[in-house]
Amino acid sequence: MNLRHYVTTNMAAPMSSVDKTPAECLQLNSTSFQKKTRSKFISIPGTRPSVQNGQLLVSSGVTSLDYLLGGGLAVGTVLLIEEDRYDSFSRMIFKYFLAEGVVCRHELFVAAAQDDPDDILQELPAPILDDVAIHRPGDQPRMSCEPQDTLDAMKIAWRYQNLPKVQSALASSSRFGHYYDVSKIMEPEIRQAAKWHRFYHPEHPPPSSGTHSPKLESYSALLKSLQEVIQREGFDLNAPLPKSRNILRVGLHSLGSALWGDDLCCHDNPKNVHALTSFLYGLRALLRSSLSVAVVTVPSHLIQDRALMGSITRLCDNAIALESFKGSERETNPLYKDYHGLLHVRQVPRLNCLASQLPDHKDLAFKLKRKQFTIERLHLPPDLSETVSRVGKGEPAAAACASATSSAKHLDF
Amino acid sequence: MFTELNGILNASPESFTPGEFILLSDRQSDASFLIHHFLSFYLKARCKVCFVALVQSFSHYNAVSQRLGVSLTQAKEKGQLTFLEGLKESLSVLIPQEENAENQAMSFLRDPAAGLRSLYEFVQSSVVESNGGGGAEEQWGPPVLLVDDVSVLLSLGVRVGAVLDFSHYCRATVCSQLQGNVVMLVRCDGEAEEDDEGSQQLMRGLTHQSCLTLHVQGLPTGYCRDIHGQVELCWKKRQSDGQHTPKKVFQFKVHDKGVSFFARGTSSAVL
Repeated sequence: MNLRHYVTTNMAAPMSSVDKTPAECLQLNSTSFQKKTRSKFISIPGTRPSVQNGQLLVSSGVTSLDYLLGGGLAVGTVLLIEEDRYDSFSRMIFKYFLAEGVVCRHELFVAAAQDDPDDILQELPAPILDDVAIHRPGDQPRMSCEPQDTLDAMKIAWRYQNLPKVQSALASSSRFGHYYDVSKIMEPEIRQAAKWHRFYHPEHPPPSSGTHSPKLESYSALLKSLQEVIQREGFDLNAPLPKSRNILRVGLHSLGSALWGDDLCCHDNPKNVHALTSFLYGLRALLRSSLSVAVVTVPSHLIQDRALMGSITRLCDNAIALESFKGSERETNPLYKDYHGLLHVRQVPRLNCLASQLPDHKDLAFKLKRKQFTIERLHLPPDLSETVSRVGKGEPAAAACASATSSAKHLDF
Repeated sequence: MFTELNGILNASPESFTPGEFILLSDRQSDASFLIHHFLSFYLKARCKVCFVALVQSFSHYNAVSQRLGVSLTQAKEKGQLTFLEGLKESLSVLIPQEENAENQAMSFLRDPAAGLRSLYEFVQSSVVESNGGGGAEEQWGPPVLLVDDVSVLLSLGVRVGAVLDFSHYCRATVCSQLQGNVVMLVRCDGEAEEDDEGSQQLMRGLTHQSCLTLHVQGLPTGYCRDIHGQVELCWKKRQSDGQHTPKKVFQFKVHDKGVSFFARGTSSAVL
């Protein structure tokens, strides 16, 4: 099992972890350079400053996604996830985000219209806790007794033990995220230690209001509830902050779907075209003035109007889209057999600086393994078959590799 | 401000053409770096700037402007900059509180169908008061209005006609009456054929009203890490020195502290 290190912004503070051996403590300060910023924040657990522009970052729960988004999610921003067709992988990332909040002891705000937020929280994946300090009274330090460990311990080349392993999966060398085992459910003790707030849409009946406005009552109620939580729990940056600061993680599931009362996904010319965009504007306003970070999932495959999707994307900061192969002909395509789907990065924000951290590659694919959600660059395997032309395989990765113009056809030599 | 762009536009803080309506637009790209350029340019030129910032917070613009050598907080204190932070003001309108201490400028959010009259009145009051200022204040140059960005108004439910009316009124007040400049950013998404009626109409209307357009888009050949896109500059009227160059195209790369512009094919990554 690989060692994960729980890194806080205050690097001088000693790690207070019961299950670390002295040898592990020595290799805590990894060799990656971290810009020294005189941060005005008292160090908040689970955050670190970005090396590019000093922005305060939190982990999204998926280490590869953190790397893709420039180190993590910046506090005060919104991540938009365009759901895949059956909402399986986007829901997974949503749960990773919330689970990361539980493990880092952030506060959570979960809003959903389809499932009760209690049920969503009971399905969170179990963290792989070999080095995380979770206060559990009278707990034995966990010893990882898997046989894989003996393979990792090097006897001859022990100097190289500390170096990160070279891997094609996108990962940065200094990790502040955690890994989760999706085959297990998070233990109730860990979950109940977290403080969280809920908004379940069927519990909030729309008040009868006479004002005509483009905003839906469901979204207005959600915005109001979120503002109340931010102000009451001390996340508002305008008010004097309490001594111990924390981050609020906001998870909004499936906004824009019909269950929220919105008809964006049902009609070609929806009546409430601007309800979701007005809500996202208000959400951005709330987040910019508070210590919180939001993940919003939208069933974009049901929205016919691409221009509307474009304006929704522009109102969020980070935006990714998941396209899973389930149920499509690509599932059996041998080119994609290693992956579960494609991941498109639609937008990366420019925050407090001119440049943005664009990803290196645009052709990315993801795979959900038991202990890791990996995002990798899509490689075309060498064509070792007798026939030269790849007939009948539809549009293989050539379409994934093309960017704005898709006029490139595969060249047959 | 970006010195290379000043050379291309043949402008400097000491001498620039007054009474211009400059339109910044982008398609599937991000032209916000041009807003930062014009903001620092006009502040250095000692103009009185009114900035309607609808999409980002004040600290974002302040952080970028400091890298470009201008301090927005100082400019605000001295009275040179009037900053409308749309995000902050909108919360009091979107979430109605009992005590209604809202800024009237963003009240169009409550009823977008009514139009942008209140926003225009805010602009007018902040731009006109400079000329009637007392002797104790420093004398600033011609007023400048910057809007970032106009297409978010469409997302919030305002009609295209209302936005075009607003830009026309601003142009009439700032450019014609007061010989100042107006810079607006409008953003499109998707191919030109897929645009919905509203944003296409807005784009065409604003292009017609402007005298200089800078259109930013990605490279036609695809994504490249070293060249972030291309800028197409289009002048509508003849320039003062008689030269008539209607269109120019440059490629650019955004760095931490500036943007470098170069002719097509001469990027340092290629040569």
